[in-house]
Amino acid sequence: MSGAAENASVAGLRARFGAAVGRSAVLAGATVVTVDRERAHEILAWLRDDPGQRYDYCVDVTAVEYRDKERPLELVYQLRALARSVMLRVKVELAKDRPLEVDSVVDLWHGADWLEREVWDMFGIRFRGHPDLRRILMWENYAEGHPLRKDFPLRGRFSRSEQVRRALGADLDAHYSMEELSIAEAYDALPADVRERLAPLPPGGAGREP
Amino acid sequence: MEARGPRVELTGAEHRAPAEDAPRAGFVSPNWVTARLDDLVNWSRANSLWPMAFGTACCAIEFMATAASRFDLARFGMERVAYSPRQADVLICAGRLPFKLAPVIRRVWDQMPQPKWCISMGACASTGGIFDNYAMVQGIDTIVPVDVYVPGCPPRPEGLLYGILMLQKKIKGETVFDPELRVEKLADQQGLFLEPATVDELSEPFGNSVHQTRSA
Repeated sequence: MSGAAENASVAGLRARFGAAVGRSAVLAGATVVTVDRERAHEILAWLRDDPGQRYDYCVDVTAVEYRDKERPLELVYQLRALARSVMLRVKVELAKDRPLEVDSVVDLWHGADWLEREVWDMFGIRFRGHPDLRRILMWENYAEGHPLRKDFPLRGRFSRSEQVRRALGADLDAHYSMEELSIAEAYDALPADVRERLAPLPPGGAGREP
Repeated sequence: MEARGPRVELTGAEHRAPAEDAPRAGFVSPNWVTARLDDLVNWSRANSLWPMAFGTACCAIEFMATAASRFDLARFGMERVAYSPRQADVLICAGRLPFKLAPVIRRVWDQMPQPKWCISMGACASTGGIFDNYAMVQGIDTIVPVDVYVPGCPPRPEGLLYGILMLQKKIKGETVFDPELRVEKLADQQGLFLEPATVDELSEPFGNSVHQTRSA
């Protein structure tokens, strides 16, 4: 039995949301609570906004898949209330017999944007309402699946020659576009010569030297 | 073979033993030399290699150490690290190369003007190293032609310097009249620079990873 007491937020969650809050535990001093996937967004919004909770910082969004094929995937939100210096780990179980979908929390914490993209990229969990759900670590046209899933072979699904062929066939101009470099919003503030150089290319990347 | 520089014959009179048929003064000057063109060209190429450092991992730290004052890459004519493929002679891939970067290093290589050479620095660049997984190129020789492989994880600066000296030795054995030496190898219809079977063979797993499964 861990010596640390359970985070009081769990009692608050149970009082507020009842059956939507599942089991909870204190693991190595950290409180973990499982919530219903359909009400996860509502619950997370309450955790952020309720004056008694104020979890204003989303430290991490990640996922876990277990080797037991029957066990559901777990989506993990690590939250922190900066003013109170309190951590809370919220888990959402996603059964594998249904589409792996859950509401995005980017509208609650902007920092969850890239974290959710990474979870999509690595685990194939879709986030409804995410403003820009693209792959973030693997390249855009990666066709072999989601590498951190347990059914993914370590060396990938394609032969090495096919992987090399696809990699060499990648359109670099499409990869490292303005949007990819995330400076699109600063475009208008750039000097004129830089703007001219970085102007979006015509379709097909014509006009750029090899 | 003398590896220090071109075999140059000085024709100045002071280099000859006094002989009865000594050339007349004024006809022979110490200001001109004879040498093989290959020797001169290779001598200048080998001793003014400008590296294009393509550092992706910890090998790049060793590359920095090699370029810094203690090991001093400049001693070998590599005074200027290019970081600009169009002004570079030798591509040094220092570190593991993920498939995401494969088209980038290929474009860097295509942008470098001939003559150009490539050094694969470290176990990962040469073979994939410990990263025998879905994301990593298993040896950059499946992407660009490699002249010298430097083993090590990462190689010490002495190792890289030895590789550079080997490259210089290789350059000194080249001939400018070889029609096939400086030919750019372009991608075939399949989009590869090597036969698919060759790529697969080069990428074969080794060590513990031979037991890993693959679905295709």
